[in-house]
Amino acid sequence: MKYLMNLTMILLSIVLIGSCTAPSGETSGETTEAAASHPMGQASVQDDESDANILQVAMSSEAHTTLVAGVQAAEIEHVLVNAGPLTVFAPTNEAFDALPEGTLDNLLKPENKNDLATIITRHAAPGSYNQEALKKEARKGRKLYMATGDYLEVVVNGDEITVGGAKVIGTIQTSNGVINVVDKVILPN
Amino acid sequence: MKIKQSIFSIILVVGLLILAGSCGQQGNKSGALGSNMAERAYVAPGEHDEFYAFISGGYSGQLSIYGLPSGRLFRVVPVFSVDAEKGYGFNEETKPLLNTSFGPVPWDDAHHPDLSQTNGKVDGRWCFINGNNTPRIARISLSSFETEEIIEIPNSAGNHSSSFVTENTEYVVAGTRFSVPVPQRDLPIDEYKGNFKGALTFLSVDQESGEMDLAFQVMMPGFNFDLAHPGRKKSHGWMFFSTYNTEEANSLLEVNASQNDKDYIAAINWKKAEELIANGEFETMESEYAHNIYDESTHMATTTMKKEVKVLDPSKYPGLVYFLPTPKSPHGCDVDPSGEYIIGSGKLAAALTAHSFTKMLDAIENEKFDGEAYGIPVLNYDDVVAGVVQGAGLGPLHTEFDAKGNAYTTFFISSEVVKWKLGTWEVLDRQPTYYSVGHLMIPGGNSQEPFGKYLVAMNKITKDRYLPTGPELAHSAQLYDISGDKMELILDFPTIGEPHYAAGAPADLIKPNQTKFYKLEENNHPYAAKSEKEARVERNGKEVHIYMTTIRSHFAPDNIEGIKVGDKVYFHVTNLEQDYDVPHGISMIGANTSELLIMPGQTETFIWEPKKEGVWPFYCTDFCSALHQEMQGYVRVSAPGADVPLKWTLDGE
Repeated sequence: MKYLMNLTMILLSIVLIGSCTAPSGETSGETTEAAASHPMGQASVQDDESDANILQVAMSSEAHTTLVAGVQAAEIEHVLVNAGPLTVFAPTNEAFDALPEGTLDNLLKPENKNDLATIITRHAAPGSYNQEALKKEARKGRKLYMATGDYLEVVVNGDEITVGGAKVIGTIQTSNGVINVVDKVILPN
Repeated sequence: MKIKQSIFSIILVVGLLILAGSCGQQGNKSGALGSNMAERAYVAPGEHDEFYAFISGGYSGQLSIYGLPSGRLFRVVPVFSVDAEKGYGFNEETKPLLNTSFGPVPWDDAHHPDLSQTNGKVDGRWCFINGNNTPRIARISLSSFETEEIIEIPNSAGNHSSSFVTENTEYVVAGTRFSVPVPQRDLPIDEYKGNFKGALTFLSVDQESGEMDLAFQVMMPGFNFDLAHPGRKKSHGWMFFSTYNTEEANSLLEVNASQNDKDYIAAINWKKAEELIANGEFETMESEYAHNIYDESTHMATTTMKKEVKVLDPSKYPGLVYFLPTPKSPHGCDVDPSGEYIIGSGKLAAALTAHSFTKMLDAIENEKFDGEAYGIPVLNYDDVVAGVVQGAGLGPLHTEFDAKGNAYTTFFISSEVVKWKLGTWEVLDRQPTYYSVGHLMIPGGNSQEPFGKYLVAMNKITKDRYLPTGPELAHSAQLYDISGDKMELILDFPTIGEPHYAAGAPADLIKPNQTKFYKLEENNHPYAAKSEKEARVERNGKEVHIYMTTIRSHFAPDNIEGIKVGDKVYFHVTNLEQDYDVPHGISMIGANTSELLIMPGQTETFIWEPKKEGVWPFYCTDFCSALHQEMQGYVRVSAPGADVPLKWTLDGE
């Protein structure tokens, strides 16, 4: 009985001490909410004056809605907005459609987030490589080092450039690097 | 056993009561937790401050920019002193900003920042600040936060009662603290009286460009002019200057300039001065002073030496200047938001004096003069005084205002800020400062509409306030919440140099106008290279011009050969980036100058005079990108007579 009373007292005192030193609840609401969403980092910076960055360009492209959905599902937006410089080989929606049935749906599942991030990251190379620079890489026999650690071969055939087997069908200069639009998803060998 | 347990229980109960009691008490007390002081100065990560504070950098010569209420330092804008971090005063583009009639002066003692106004309210366009030592006034753009203009003040010395701005930024004033022979000449120092003059300078401001022009000088007797503030509302058109050393002493001023019971506040009718100038009623005096302007389109400053000033002798023009007797060497000279009261803080007086503008006009109209000084009418103290704040403190210096009819005065000797009521002159509150406060600032405090939420006290003495850093200590500033009846100290923060005055404005007034980068197509620098195709090296005798570009993450060109010992090599570097917050830097081993720090779209130049043969690297000094460490290059330097051809490449091409 007395032990019980003492226990009650101790518990009560813990509660009291707790309530006394607890931070004011008023300011914590916003913080909790912000922490709960995934960290967008620099992707949340409002800047309408600078030239558009890779993410902004991709998001405004109707041909890349699948890629953008993948970037969002993998939660790697911030990778595409930082100072870089970065070259992204951006497969079109058709390129994703050409994957074996069910591949994409499977990758977009939350439990496969890491695999998805790896696949998308294999399409990014540190540095700025427009078509002219890619041709130079091919001429000099240099392979492209991708953000995943893979090396991709650049092959030039006349005016046609392929990187890791995917054909470059357009190039967009952005504020933090280059987007080369490609016709295939570059999968590991 | 049972007794022990009972005792234990009693102790617990007592303990609980104490805990509960202390918890309740904290809510009522003014302890840090109890009144949420920490929260009131807290700006959460990622949130912005409510106010900008432009705090004088004192003897650093610069302008520091803080946020309120956080007290966070955002930027130090170089103004009167070179700043190797930003290449200011080192690169070829900004060197002319520091030119004076004495040649380039790489330092000054920055004093009183003030903000441009429209209709008596701060408008967020420009910040002005004075260099005290070699008299100059600077204008800083509040969109680029760069010093855009510095104008030298002739016939002046110790440019202290400066750089205060009138209600529509018609003028920025610059009053001399030290009177000097005008014109300057070789003269025995003890022939001071009558030969030395005090020039009060009015700089007009172009409302579009902000460019200043020396409109006229009122050539006053040889007193010391200490501080000034513009009239506002009813007193708009007048400028008030405090004076000391009306004794005209030229040695041991601490004694000899403290003899007179009263000195003066000089009331200058500048609208009258404008009329005189417009009517050609002025003297033209030969002079020499530098006017330096930075052009944001060419990214370059140029110096023009000016040769003349328009001068007004107040003894010749009745109605131009009046003297208001004010006790004991007044320092601060502050005008309340209504424009009615002119507060004189006699450094050595026991009380604060408030003059009435209405009574001053009345005395002038009825010609109630108590004699004259050097032909300038002196009004009767009793005819113009509105009230006296008795027993406020010791060593009054400066006064600012809130929007509720209260004034706040700093007291150096008694080390406190005192809140008092305009009109009733009663003291309402006093709070200690740590220690010996000089200036204070309430955002908008020198305007018709102060934002009476925070007060920053800028102290002269720091002592034990922070972790010690040797004998040199950062001057301490203190932030008070003045929204309630009583002032509450909520934050301490260190400052740079020794801040003399500050100005504050709501962040929302300034934030939307920011320059985020310079547009490449608008870059009119004569040595710009706007693409890598334009990058090149040109030789003209021993002068070599490198037109270089930067973009993440390389220089173009990055290999240069054919440079010789004895050459003068100009690196003109254009940052091709058009992305906010991506500057590049460049520095060359052994260059006898600072780095360049080049904002996006900008071109800057440094000179390198290689003294040794060899292959010498340069690199990017600002961590610009993931491949920043790769951003480097080499210059091959050959002997003076060598026949190595001029060659520049990037990636061997």
